[in-house]
Amino acid sequence: MLHLTYLIFLLPLAGFAVQVVLGRRMGDPLAGAVATTFVGASFVVGVLVFFALLGVHAPVRSFTQSLWTWLPVGGLHVDLGFTVDPLSMTMVLFVTGISTLIHLYSISYMKGDPDYPKFFLYMNLFVASMLILVLGDNLLVTFIGWEGVGACSYWLISFWFHRDSAASAGKKAFVYNRIGDVGFLLAMFLTFQSVGSLNYSVIFARLGQVSPGTITAIALLLFVGAVGKSAQIPLFPWLADAMEGPTPVSALIHAATMVTAGVYLMCRVNPLLHASGAASLTIAAVGAATAFVAASIACAQSDIKKVLAYSTVSQLGYMFLAVGTGAYEAALFLMLAHAFFKGLLFLGAGSVIHGLHDEQDLKRMGNLRRYMKVTFFTFAVAWLAIAGVPPLAGFWAKGDVLDAAWSRYPALWVVGLVAALFTAYYMSRLTALAFFGDDRWRTDSRPAGAGHHGGDGGRQPHESPWPMTVPLVILAVFAFAGGALSFPWYGKGTLLTWVDPVFGANLYDAHQSVGLQWGLAVTDSVVAIAGVVVGLALWTRVTNRPALENSFLRRSWYINELYDSVIGRPGARVAAFTASTIEGGIIDGAVNGIASAVRRSGGLVRRTQTGYVRNYALGIVLGVVVIFGFMLTRVWWS
Amino acid sequence: MGAVTAAAAAHLQLPHIDYLSILPVLIMMGGAVLVVAVSSMTRRAMGTGASTAVSLVTGIAALVAALFQWDSVATHGAKVTIAGAVVLDGFSVFIQVTVAVAVVLTALVADGYLKREGIDGPEFQALALLSASGAMVMGSANDLIVIFLGLEILSIALYVLTAMNFKRAESGEAALKYFVLGGFSSAVFVYGIALTYGATGSTNLPEIADYLARNVVTSNGVLLAGLALLLVGFGFKVAAVPFHMWSPDVYQGAPSPITGFMAAVAKAGAFAAVLRVFVSSFATVRTDWQPVVTGLAVLTLLVGAIVALSQRDVKRMLAYSSINHAGFILLGLEAADPRGVAASLYYLFAYTVMVVGTFAVVTVMAKDGDNGHDIEDYRGLARRQPVLALSLAVLLLAQAGAPFTTGFLAKLQVVSSVVAVHGYVLAVIAMVSAAVAAFFYLRLAVVMYSPTGSVADPLPSDGAGDTAEVTELLPFERGSDQVPGLAVLTDAPPIEAVAERRVAVPRLTALAIAVSVAVTVVFGVVPAPLIDFAHKATLLFH
Repeated sequence: MLHLTYLIFLLPLAGFAVQVVLGRRMGDPLAGAVATTFVGASFVVGVLVFFALLGVHAPVRSFTQSLWTWLPVGGLHVDLGFTVDPLSMTMVLFVTGISTLIHLYSISYMKGDPDYPKFFLYMNLFVASMLILVLGDNLLVTFIGWEGVGACSYWLISFWFHRDSAASAGKKAFVYNRIGDVGFLLAMFLTFQSVGSLNYSVIFARLGQVSPGTITAIALLLFVGAVGKSAQIPLFPWLADAMEGPTPVSALIHAATMVTAGVYLMCRVNPLLHASGAASLTIAAVGAATAFVAASIACAQSDIKKVLAYSTVSQLGYMFLAVGTGAYEAALFLMLAHAFFKGLLFLGAGSVIHGLHDEQDLKRMGNLRRYMKVTFFTFAVAWLAIAGVPPLAGFWAKGDVLDAAWSRYPALWVVGLVAALFTAYYMSRLTALAFFGDDRWRTDSRPAGAGHHGGDGGRQPHESPWPMTVPLVILAVFAFAGGALSFPWYGKGTLLTWVDPVFGANLYDAHQSVGLQWGLAVTDSVVAIAGVVVGLALWTRVTNRPALENSFLRRSWYINELYDSVIGRPGARVAAFTASTIEGGIIDGAVNGIASAVRRSGGLVRRTQTGYVRNYALGIVLGVVVIFGFMLTRVWWS
Repeated sequence: MGAVTAAAAAHLQLPHIDYLSILPVLIMMGGAVLVVAVSSMTRRAMGTGASTAVSLVTGIAALVAALFQWDSVATHGAKVTIAGAVVLDGFSVFIQVTVAVAVVLTALVADGYLKREGIDGPEFQALALLSASGAMVMGSANDLIVIFLGLEILSIALYVLTAMNFKRAESGEAALKYFVLGGFSSAVFVYGIALTYGATGSTNLPEIADYLARNVVTSNGVLLAGLALLLVGFGFKVAAVPFHMWSPDVYQGAPSPITGFMAAVAKAGAFAAVLRVFVSSFATVRTDWQPVVTGLAVLTLLVGAIVALSQRDVKRMLAYSSINHAGFILLGLEAADPRGVAASLYYLFAYTVMVVGTFAVVTVMAKDGDNGHDIEDYRGLARRQPVLALSLAVLLLAQAGAPFTTGFLAKLQVVSSVVAVHGYVLAVIAMVSAAVAAFFYLRLAVVMYSPTGSVADPLPSDGAGDTAEVTELLPFERGSDQVPGLAVLTDAPPIEAVAERRVAVPRLTALAIAVSVAVTVVFGVVPAPLIDFAHKATLLFH
């Protein structure tokens, strides 16, 4: 079964190809169903490969499939190769699984959109790119997926490009990602220069020959790439704007594809990080700082999707904290748990937005638990899970991350714990504003929708149809019970033993006593419950607390303004100067001058073209005379 | 005196003739004779279709014969036969293949043209085959006299072919100009042969080389004058500046399929001869002739590219483009080493395919009986006939030297061959001229892909002047719309009428276009086979 690996990414790619050719003809909803089928089939193949992989003896549990030699250029020899090992297998399963659910959800969510087939075309390509990224057995193949993910995110975020905000959000995502890509590219160049190969296994095997400084440089450059893709400080603002895309796209970006790519890459190159303490510390510090900053920003947002976006940034910060600590397994665990509850939160938010006729402002929601029962119950699971309330998935996953941080970087543990408090608080605030309190959407100042429903009937929130609720329920089950993947008291068969062949000795082992573990777990629980209680108490009845929503937090620490004044506006001035003076005056002037000179000389030469044979003959004679003249000089001066 | 001659005749030994070495030539001539004989002996004139078929079979047979020759050369090596007059080597085989390909493609294109214009097929095809045989003779000639023989066979048939469209006055006018100037240049060429004979005592190429190698002839005035005149003669045939002036008028006046044929075959034959003569026979005196070739190449590259910019007539523009290409092929001669010769050979083949294909599209695009080749007629072609437009766009890009086409590899090879012999200035000039040339190729491509009725091409309005003056030798009546540039600017046809005009593409012409596009792209993407062929052809250079 292992040789089916290539089908995992080929199926979504085939779905993409089918959509390109037939998408318009299939239309709504067949195009969506076909796209979902291809991604679903990819999931099924992934499961088959998973069971085949289980059959392989654990210490050598890895299979590489080289399709063909892609680049045989000089010393550079790159195969189009794909590897399944426990790490990439985990990624494949959750990427395809969650993507299938999101595709299913989109069939109904995107109904009636004029570009319905185009949406699924991009979605399939998005998933295919992510799978190539995950499966690649060398940096270059990973980079193809990396770039594909970036391009698809651009197309999907600016999917409703006729809205200026969506178009510029897409551009923003693309530019921030490109900054990260430069880091990735430089890392590849440096790797090839110092190791002579881009293949992961070769790189790791030859690490001994590389100087520690170079290893740190490569690791940090790759981390720059990861910072761009996974929206860490300082490249995080794009993810908040990315919610301009359709909600399923946000779900896909936040939960399954795209932002987890950076974390995955860091896990993949764990031998590099293990060899470089400085790089690890940097990653952990950036992760913790991001977790804290993003969580604080999320506390003051009033757009439901923006809260969730900053929440993702914050959770990704936790994952990088885990990576930097060396607790790759915890990072992976949190990534899985996060995929479940964040996917659920976004789809739930989409359901709310859908039910309220495209209302995204939390201040205009309220009391929705009465009208959208399925959405509320599933959303509540996700809320408690991300808040870290035991025994839901988030509690276990975040607990693992914080436990490791406690032992290795105690200062960062404190930052993480504060961020955890914020997390529980802002999620409770969101839930309180959306699902509890009064029916604020009734007093909406905007004109009511369809008059023929009578009164406010046209704006009555409604539960979403089954293709939207089924994924919610499935994800809720996982968000609830996902912790079972890695209960600390399990000896064998957990995520830890499963990924052990990949990380092995590189994994940080805290050697914590049972008492300490209990102590930390209780601390986490207390913080989480405190956050939940405070959040609910403050926001169930009151919807405006200017002190807690000050503009520093609301405008995300003025980071956009900072970038605009430090980079954006001076850059624009330089560009304007170059365009007007250098390009317009000097370059264009030279080009146009040459062009007109050439054209004028052409006109002059053309005068000789009289049409008279005698003139043509004269031309020949003149040519002969000139050549004779030259030959005469040869004769005389010899 | 008479007795001596009789005695000589009695002892005249007919040389042994190795028929394989001239088999493609014989096939071409045989095909021509067959067409003429059958059409004159049967009561009803031979149909155009039948003559096309004969021409096609002949061309393909010559191609197959050339491949047999290749086999023989590859296994037994090059050889000189027929009393030293003819040589069979890789070089000659390459030229036979090139010419045969041109014949096949032209026969396909001409079929539809002849039917459309109501011109009798047999004469046309017979003359084309004869002309091609002349080019083949030039490719395998080992003697200046044989080269001259081939040159005349090639040229005389071309003069007649140029005049073939008797309904167009320009056709006859162009033929007369071509004939008068061609005769002039032939005289120059023969004089060059005579002087060379006077200086070296032979017209046989290896004997000339031997003589020059054995005797230190430092700047013998007679020899240099002979060289100069030979260069002028060849320069006229390949339309090198300043001996190019006939070509825009002739290219424009000749029937469009013949223009493509002429551009391909006359260049192939003349360049084959000039490469062989100068690289193999006059190699020892190369310091004397290389500066002249440099000058010709510079002028040809620049004038061809620059004057083409201001042309509105597509055929005229392609004539200048062809001059520009000649400049590039001269670079291989300038390098004067196997690498340069191989590059020139490759260029000749690539150019042959591209130019015949390009003129195939021009042929079908013509209106009013092969008049009206104004660039505006191509506006919006992509909307009306996307496949035709795409084909022409590919061929134009190839001529401009876009990557993934043979045109790119051809330019790359000639330029790198001249760089290899430190001709940096020449290489830079060549690349500049390629950049300038890209402009007019792309302009035509852009026009095809612009919607009809948009702003007129930003060409200065005097762009029409050049075209109008063609008529001055033989003035004849012209409608106002026959000054194309002016027509566009003054009384352009209604946009709808232009938009609705879909040209008919005969099936055989379409096949020719498809083949040339395919060859151009396939050998551009998979370059190795053709490049190997050209390189082996020069390794087996006699």
